[in-house]
Formats: sequence, structure tokens, C-alpha cells
Amino acid sequence: MCLGVPVKIVEIEGQDALVESGGLRQKIRLDFVPEAQIGDYVIVHAGFAIALLEKEEALETLELLKDADVIP
Amino acid sequence: MLSLETNKVLESIAKMDVSAHFMEVCGTHTVSIARSGLKKLLPESIKLISGPGCPVCVTSQSDIDYAIALARQPGVIVATFGDMVRVPGTETSLLETKASGGKVEVVYSPLDSLNLAGAHPREQVIFLAVGFETTAPLIARTVQLAKAKGISNLSFLIMHKLIPPAMRQLLQMKEVKLDGFLLPGHVCAVIGSRPFLFLKEEFGLPGVVAGFEAEDILLALFMLAQQKKEGRAEIEIQYRRVVRQEGNPNALKAMEEVFEVGEAEWRGLGIIPHSGLVLRQSFSDFDARNRFPLEIKDSREYPLCGCGEVLRGVLAPQECPLFGTVCTPDSPVGPCMVSSEGSCAAAFHYERET
Amino acid sequence: MKKEIITLAHGSGGKPTQDLIENHILPRFGNPALKQLLDSALLECPGRIAFTSDAFTVRPIFFPGGDIGKLAVSGSVNDLAALAAEPLFLSASFILEEGLEIGELDEVLESMSKTCAETGLALVTGDTKVVEKGAGDKLYIASSAIGIRRQNPDPHPSLISPGDAILITGPVGDHEIAVLQAREHFFRELELESDCAPLWPLIKSLLAAGLKVKAMRDPTRGGLATVLAELARASRLCLQIEESRVPVKSSVLAACEMLGLDPLYLACEGRMVIIVSEESAQEALTILRAHPLGAQAAIIGEVLEKPEGRALLSTRIGGRRILAPLSGEQLPRIC
Repeated sequence: MCLGVPVKIVEIEGQDALVESGGLRQKIRLDFVPEAQIGDYVIVHAGFAIALLEKEEALETLELLKDADVIP
Repeated sequence: MLSLETNKVLESIAKMDVSAHFMEVCGTHTVSIARSGLKKLLPESIKLISGPGCPVCVTSQSDIDYAIALARQPGVIVATFGDMVRVPGTETSLLETKASGGKVEVVYSPLDSLNLAGAHPREQVIFLAVGFETTAPLIARTVQLAKAKGISNLSFLIMHKLIPPAMRQLLQMKEVKLDGFLLPGHVCAVIGSRPFLFLKEEFGLPGVVAGFEAEDILLALFMLAQQKKEGRAEIEIQYRRVVRQEGNPNALKAMEEVFEVGEAEWRGLGIIPHSGLVLRQSFSDFDARNRFPLEIKDSREYPLCGCGEVLRGVLAPQECPLFGTVCTPDSPVGPCMVSSEGSCAAAFHYERET
Repeated sequence: MKKEIITLAHGSGGKPTQDLIENHILPRFGNPALKQLLDSALLECPGRIAFTSDAFTVRPIFFPGGDIGKLAVSGSVNDLAALAAEPLFLSASFILEEGLEIGELDEVLESMSKTCAETGLALVTGDTKVVEKGAGDKLYIASSAIGIRRQNPDPHPSLISPGDAILITGPVGDHEIAVLQAREHFFRELELESDCAPLWPLIKSLLAAGLKVKAMRDPTRGGLATVLAELARASRLCLQIEESRVPVKSSVLAACEMLGLDPLYLACEGRMVIIVSEESAQEALTILRAHPLGAQAAIIGEVLEKPEGRALLSTRIGGRRILAPLSGEQLPRIC
């Protein structure tokens, strides 16, 4: 199942990282997001980060909504 | 998460006065839509159809039987994602095999199979590699690690499949009238949105890459409806915070290094060329099909099982004569009713009459 | 120092068995009935009684927030409390696996003793048996309990009527996730304790205020959704709750996200679903919240006339869907 909640990186050690979400910490691999830094948010799938969240894109979505008069 | 005035989005969609059939091809979308009760909030003229988005459900019966046969081999431990365990094969299931002494371990990550192999040096661990493009890079990396570490008691039954060829096959079959697609958010996080350009180029259909919150899906539907209204056919990304047009190059590289593309047999769709992954020659030692060449005879689906038609979007789960009576999550006839991402399971758990 | 362990001799009924009872069980549960060590406990029951039976096979036997002993007592107390019955007498039978450390057994007994004391429950009778190594998983407990019915009419689904309010006494899912983590160690760090607790003191406070409870159920196996589906079927009414009003701890939500679990179906061992009339809802909420066991109580929904026999969820985006009882097991599953 594609689990969609972004989790925050709190520790990095080589290819391993500790991520945090809601007070829970999990060990994952960063092989596919080598550019990730502590404090970044990633999407995790079966023990691997598969994408890094871009703050700009999140804002862009809100812009789209403004254009469609969906939000003020 | 997105904080959104969903009422306003729904109003905007209704105002468009659009008639359309949109298909989603991701089991997580199927479940998210069902859990949120979204379908009933949309105007009557917009219909959502589930397609072949559940990787366990589209696995062929002979592959299921193969996996079960492996679990019955002495000295073998089968490692699998939880979802495969209750799928009914021709004779039995992994769960029943486990109950009668077979070794089946549910794992959360393919990396767990490396640990399992290390912890059981005198047994052969076989990982059941099911999943689309989201999961394939993970297995690719795991295979690379197994090779680098010289792990000799681990192999992989590769059953990975690719979504775009299945969509093309489905469209060529022309069974269902479709006006566009919700595209799978995390498959696209890996492969990007470009592999779906064929929808626009060959079929003149729009596609929008959607995230997994109900709000994401609602927004993506808004974008699809808008395209339909304006007579456009573009591949757009709603899930911008995660998905880029070019996807994830690191994940793609791992897949490229370990796998090559071949034909694959899909439940419901038959054999589709260039739609499955196979281990490259350099990793053939890790192929469970080479290490355990078992002959699977008489693999067959339950004769009245509607999974094939449900997967093609021809039949809605509730329209299958076995739905909810003979076939339930506790006594499933086919994988669609027992997989956590199956359309029938989602319909059974969340969409029976309110 | 070599640790004392349970051996098959402890189950043979001879001196080792006596030793177990007299030196480990008796000192912790001092009451006249038990002390007599008769084949049956001779008791006086001052009223109409409720009687419940349970078996506990939790693994591991120790987990954050509790252990199998606390669980056994809490589970029995809560089954009685759900019928507004004041717990009086407990029977506990222990199936011990050969090789179990007696120190661990002592810890469990200590825990049971404490939990009994919190609720006025007396352990009056029981049994101990020993099975060979491998034939039992450390320790199983089978318990039965008797309580005095304190509300007339007793809470019952037939009392539920349209307009009634549905309350939950606290966040859902803590127990199942805490135990899962203790068993499988999925997560590197998880600060979560089981919600395991005997709820009689909480329910007593409701009754003491003169509130009439229509029906109650504790959401154990199958969780909140299953309990609501059962109550809906039994009452032939519609129980509808709002997704955004169900209290769930953020760590439980995060764990569910990662493991693909649904918090509405997770077992709790210290929560109660309570149905009261619309008029008494606010007062019930205030009373619950004033007690430590109900500090995060919430009104989560209401009873409707139709659709008959269905539990429904009103979703965050304004949709509506059914809450079916749990089918099969929740396994962690992934794409």
C-alpha cells in the first residue's frame, strides 16, 4: 500500500536514516534520495525513502486552488 | 496535509456539468476513495472506475501457485509482504501452508529478507517480489546488497509488473469507455509522469497524477474534469509536492541495473509484452525460478471468479454474482476480495449500501 | 545466581504446587475465602449478579503499560463494568509453561494484586497447571469474574434510541500498537503504553451521578468499529460517528500509516464505548473527563433511526461509509 504521510529525517548515518512521525521513530534507507538532509521530509515505502518533499511544490498546489477560485 | 475547502471543490466540479468516466489504476487510490465516501459526493455524471491497480490481484494464478509450492519445499522460508498470505491459489494459500508446517514470514521491507537469510544460514530464503514500479527499485537495491554481501541462501521470485503497458492493453481492448485517468502517485514518484504521455498521444486522453489523501484525489478529479470540459488532453501533476516529471533518477538507475523488461502474464489481461521485470543475467543466481525450477501443473482460477473483469473495469465489484455471498474477505474466491488493495475488498469493507 | 523456574513438578499437585500457592499466590491476595483453600470458594452475593469469563494469551506477557496479569484483571473488570456491574469476585487459572521464570510469575501476580486492589476485586479461587516446554507460550491466564448489577434496568442494546449520544472514554488503539511494538519491534522508538486499565471506577462515577447508561461495550478485539457494528445490529438502529471526532494519539496514527493498519479496528483494553441519552451527553462527558481514566473522553457520534442495523462513519471530507465488523486479521501489509 502506498503510504502517503511524509516523515521527517532526524538522524543520518551513511545510507541509513532515522525518521520521525507523530512521536514514532523508524529506521529507513536513503539510497534513492542521497541529497536528503536532516530536517527534510521524505515519503517512505517499505523501508526506503522514495521521494523528497519540495516545499515549493506544496505551495504551487495552493496557487492552483486560488486560480480556480476554490480558495480566496 | 492539504487543508482545503472540499465543499468548494465539489461545487466547482458540479458547476462544470461534465459527464465522464475516470479510471484509477492504483490500489491505494481505490481504498482511499472508498474510505472517504468520495464517490457519492461527486455529481452523478462523473463515474469512478477501478482498474488493474492492485499488484497482488494482477498476479497470475500460476505465479501464486508457484509461490505456494515454494513454501512447501523442505528447508525453504518464504518471505513476503503480508498481502499475499491469504490469496487463494488453485488448491490452497500461503496461510494454510503456514498452518500446516510451511515456513512463511511476513516482512515489512525486502531488506528484512537479508536479515532472515543471515539468521537462518542452513535454510533457503525466498522473497516474493510483488509490486509495481514503486516497489521494484527497493527489490533491485536489495538484490544488489545480497550480491555485494555474498549472501548465498537468498533468492527472489520476481513478479513485478509495469503499469503503462497494462493501461495501453486495457485501452486497446476497448471494453470500457474512459475519459481520463487518475495516475498513481508513488509509481510516478519513481518513473515520473512522462511514461504516461502515450495516453495523450495515442488515445487523446488526459491523466492527472494524484496523491493519496481524499483531498488530493478530489483536487485531481477537479483537474481531470476541467480538462474534459475544456477539451484538453494533458498529463498533469496534482501531487506536485512529491512527483516530478522525470521521476526519481536514483530509483530508476537501480531498476535499470538489476532488471530488464520482459513479457508478463496479468490476471484479467493475459500476457502483455514488455510489461514485467526479469532479473538481468548478472543477477540470475538470485532468481528463485532458476534455483527452484518447479513445474506448476493445472493452475486455474475459480471458474466463476469475476476478478479478471473487475480488474479491467468491466465489472464493478458489487456486480460480480459472487460478491458478498460466496466471496467475502473471510472466504475469498479471488485475490480482489482479500488483498488490502483489492477493489472487491474495498467495496466490501466500505461501500456496501449506506 | 540461577533463576528459579517452573518445572513439571509444580503442576503435579504435590509439595511444589502447594509452595507455589502458599508462598507466591496467597501472600498477594489476602482474603478470607481464598485463604481457606477449599475446592470451592464459599461466598455471599448481596444482589443480582453478572458473570463473565475470559482467556488471555497476549504475547509478549510484559509490554509497556502492563502485563498479562493486569490485562486479565482489567479485561474481566471491564466486561462486568460494561454491564454496570460492580466487580466482586475473581477466579484465575494459570497455565504455566515449563521453564517460565518464577520471578516473572511473581511480577504478574504482583500486578494482578495491585489491579485487584484498585477495583475492590477479590481473587477467591483458581488453579495452576503446568505444560511441557513448547506446549504453552510462557503463561496463559483464564479468568472469570462475578459482579453485582448496579443499574436497573441493566444497560442493554434494546435501550438505545434514536438521538442518543455515542461516547468513547479515550483514544483508540494504544494497546494493540504497544503490544505489536513489544512483540515485533517494528519501530526504532515508540513512546506508547497500552491503555490497559480496569474501568469500574470510571463507570461508577457515572452511575453515582444518577446517570442512566443505555449500553456499553469495551472495544477489545476488532476495535471501535466492530463494537459499533455489533451494537447497531443488536439494537437494529444506526450508529453514526464522525471520523474527525474519534480521539487517536498521533503516535498510533503514525504507526497505522506505516503498517497499513486502521485505528478504528485496533484493540483497546482500557476504553469503553458508552451510549447515553442526548440530554445527558454533556454531563456524562464532564464526569468522564474529571476522572484520570476518562481524561480524553469524547462524544463521537449519535444514534439514528436508519439505515437499520448499520454502523456508519461520516468522513473528513463529508462523505459517509459503513463501518463493517473486522473480517480476518489485520496483518501489516504493503504494496
